[in-house]
Amino acid sequence: MVPTKEQFYQALCERHGEELQKKFCAARVAVCGLGGLGSNVAIALARAGVGSLHLIDFDRVDMSNLNRQQYFVRQLGQYKTDALRETLQEIAPYCRVETDTLRVTEENLPKLFSQEDLICEAFDRPEAKAMLVSGVLEHFPDKYLVAASGMAGLRSSNSIRTRRISSHFYLCGDEVSDSAAGLGLISARVLVCAAHEANMILRLLAGETEV
Amino acid sequence: MVQVNGKALPIAGKTVTEYLKGTSFDPMRIAVEKNGQIVPKRLYEETVLEDGDVVEVVSFVGGG
Repeated sequence: MVPTKEQFYQALCERHGEELQKKFCAARVAVCGLGGLGSNVAIALARAGVGSLHLIDFDRVDMSNLNRQQYFVRQLGQYKTDALRETLQEIAPYCRVETDTLRVTEENLPKLFSQEDLICEAFDRPEAKAMLVSGVLEHFPDKYLVAASGMAGLRSSNSIRTRRISSHFYLCGDEVSDSAAGLGLISARVLVCAAHEANMILRLLAGETEV
Repeated sequence: MVQVNGKALPIAGKTVTEYLKGTSFDPMRIAVEKNGQIVPKRLYEETVLEDGDVVEVVSFVGGG
């Protein structure tokens, strides 16, 4: 028996307080890239009761994802957008989930984010990160952008931080640990970085702009 | 002087492209902000850095 929307809302209000919960429920967040960062960020936001999530990824779930991404063996081969929507449905059935199974480009970016208050960059490749960040800051200067760079390997958790680069742009990560430099992406440290992104997003939704 | 990532550099008068050429930054893996505003990649060649400008070059590494 799935609890009602009202029961979910009351349970969240008990934990978070009604004033904060209202802000989370009214929020619309886009998550770009549903890998180790994005799948974890989306789940954290859905658990907190964020009202609407816009999930964007072109890729399918692969064996090599299971070491850190929030997918299951039975989802191998599925589009990440579909698989994550399925999972979110089981965690937060009243979270509105919109999906776009596509590759974000400079051309389609200006049309992708008309509805959102906040955009989370959670791509894997540095070129894609740079393109998204530049495009969002150019076309949506009034929306908040939370991005990530540097979470590979096993360096200290404490080297991962959140930095406010400019008024609407935040960057999480150690900014140096490159997966291309032979460092693996390992579950816990990627999660630390995803948690930095998710927490900054929730802080912004709550009206806190400092890191 | 131009402040780049917190350091004062004598690069006033150079374009963003000219400045980047003398650095190890990969233009495809960075975002450049000048005085808090993004400089789109297509404008690197014509954007001149002026005395007193504050520039932030954010460099991205792989992983996600």
